[in-house]
Amino acid sequence: MAKKITIEPVTRVEGHGKVTIHLDDEGNVVQSRLHIVEFRGFERFVQGRPYWEAPVLVQRLCGICPVSHHLAAAKALDVIVGAGTGDGLTPTGEKMRRLMHYGQIFQSHALHFFHLVSPDLLFGIDADPAIRNIIGVALKFKDLAVQGVMMRKFGQEIIEVTAGKKIHGTGAIPGGINKNLSIEERDIFLKGPDPMNIDKMISWSQDAVNFFKDYHKKHRELIDTFAAFPSSHLSLVRKDGAMDLYDGVIRAVDAEGKKILHDIDPQDYLKYIAEEVKNWSYMKFPYLIEYGKKDGWYRVGPLARLNTADFIPSPLAQKEFEQFKAYTNGKPNNMSMHMHWARLIETLHAAEMMKELLNDPDLQKDDLVTKGTKVKEGVGLLEAPRGTLFHHYRINDNDQITMANLIVSTTNNNEPMNVAVRCVADSMIAGQKEIIEGMMNAVEVAIRAYDPCLSCATHALGKMPLEVSLFDSNNNLIDKKRS
Amino acid sequence: MSEKIKFTIDGKECFAEPGQNILDAATDNGVYIPALCHMRGIKPAGSCRLCNVKIAGRLMTACTTPVEHGMDIENDIPEIQGLRLAIIEMLFVEGNHFCPACEKSGNCELQALAYRYQMMVPRFPYEFPVKEIDASSPKLIIDRNRCILCKRCIRSFTDENGKNIFAFKKRGHKLQINIDAKLSANLSDEMAQKAMDICPVGAIIRKEKGFDQPIGTRKYDKVPIGSDIKSVI
Repeated sequence: MAKKITIEPVTRVEGHGKVTIHLDDEGNVVQSRLHIVEFRGFERFVQGRPYWEAPVLVQRLCGICPVSHHLAAAKALDVIVGAGTGDGLTPTGEKMRRLMHYGQIFQSHALHFFHLVSPDLLFGIDADPAIRNIIGVALKFKDLAVQGVMMRKFGQEIIEVTAGKKIHGTGAIPGGINKNLSIEERDIFLKGPDPMNIDKMISWSQDAVNFFKDYHKKHRELIDTFAAFPSSHLSLVRKDGAMDLYDGVIRAVDAEGKKILHDIDPQDYLKYIAEEVKNWSYMKFPYLIEYGKKDGWYRVGPLARLNTADFIPSPLAQKEFEQFKAYTNGKPNNMSMHMHWARLIETLHAAEMMKELLNDPDLQKDDLVTKGTKVKEGVGLLEAPRGTLFHHYRINDNDQITMANLIVSTTNNNEPMNVAVRCVADSMIAGQKEIIEGMMNAVEVAIRAYDPCLSCATHALGKMPLEVSLFDSNNNLIDKKRS
Repeated sequence: MSEKIKFTIDGKECFAEPGQNILDAATDNGVYIPALCHMRGIKPAGSCRLCNVKIAGRLMTACTTPVEHGMDIENDIPEIQGLRLAIIEMLFVEGNHFCPACEKSGNCELQALAYRYQMMVPRFPYEFPVKEIDASSPKLIIDRNRCILCKRCIRSFTDENGKNIFAFKKRGHKLQINIDAKLSANLSDEMAQKAMDICPVGAIIRKEKGFDQPIGTRKYDKVPIGSDIKSVI
């Protein structure tokens, strides 16, 4: 009998999502979709507001990665106030923002890996949901759980001293920053009692990478084949090809590593990237114009960033990067579960960058803001924890925003997540006589690898328990389970 | 020198100058009475009603009532504090006060009073009125979503030549603050800042300077509103 399987909502992600899988009479998957079912409308209600409000207002899209929105908006407004891009800011302005951003990457990656993903790895995808959660991790793998919590805390505290608050601060303003870092604030992180100091964070980040590599050795088939599929990859890179999570040019490579977007200026993104609307999801589908709607989609996030960058400009992460690249003989890595490996290498990189910045005397200087000739339009891009984030604003003569366009990381990963869901549906659900909870979770595992931030994409917050419904071909509900 | 007036607030013995209003006299005696529309030195308006106190069983606005000999004033009693909380809640629901993205947050007297009076969720339904923003002045923005019509700007602010740049327009529930965009264009940065500071909420905002004061250094980040008056004691 033909069936329609609904996973709603998807759990251990941020936001509300729903997966539907349609099976024919033989149990083959005929269609699978990740639906984003929330709608918020930030791009509309920011219109009419004074432009300098945008970094504070728009960051309310998210409580996990507000800094990314805060900084992307501020970067777009740097252009508007005439401070320009790249090195237009004062050294203190730019470095304080970078420190804030690396704190954000660090805490968000820790949350993503330890809180949301580790239960699947530690207990198994089909383990009892009652223990397959962060509380289960805390009970059975106490040290690992504490490490995750403390790493997140460290990153959050970096955000607090740079943005003013752990969540939804106000540090970045158009053209710069509103504070510097005092020696006392700095020394909390450089000389803090164990484990709350940067050296421990670097060491724990290395441990996390090693944990994943060990896990990989023991579960090679799962990590290498689960939801693996070829795709293009897109991210910002520094002009010299180095990984740069805060600023750079847009580069995309195809599944074989050929450059298909040649280091373009983010201000020109609209010439190269467009978004498609589909009638079954509130989330748009971005694509590279040159390659069309069907073939122009791409992945973003840690995996994409390690695929596009030529090197990582910090020694320990670079060493890990070399191993990561060697695993695929220098070719792009297209394995979804390797997203976690890439994420942990980035966590290490973020920790190293924080140390470098904390030791930089520019952070104690007082030249905070740059301004020049005002223009009416600006674009700000950065690499948010989940991937490339685009903010684009236009203003009128009265300094009010007239247009805002946000393409968030999750939106960029929309098609890849749909493809990943299809991969899992085909390999684990198709042809099965009985649909068990573990199979459903496998679908969620694929989504979690990419991005547990569905809220940003349409711009809601919240988490609800998993509900699975089975429908026959006439759409009659035949079974319903709730975790 | 004229003789001081003797009176009490909640049983505390206080002294005032002849002709002094209760609010200013209370402040001088280290007693905090909340107010949003009153500013020392300008003619009281009695419009926000937050400074209501009880005298001989009657509610009176402390800013407009002169102190008299032997007055026994009730201020910090549950009935009055309850009324003040209700007024604060009403002010919140009749405007569009979205503190999270307001640059006056931390320096806003209405927000500070809500914290002091521990407002949680207003008991009244939000009206979500449609309000306009006037951004035509090159120096200041008038955000009517946040205006509480206290009239402080009209009563106390003039430009360097003594001309009013703020005025009321329309009547009744359509009443709104207007700005003379031409006159305000000539304001110095210091005067623009002064106009912003006079406003107890975030209805008058300097252009292009938002959020330049870090969190932690704002007026009410560390101490509740009225703490400076308590410390007089």
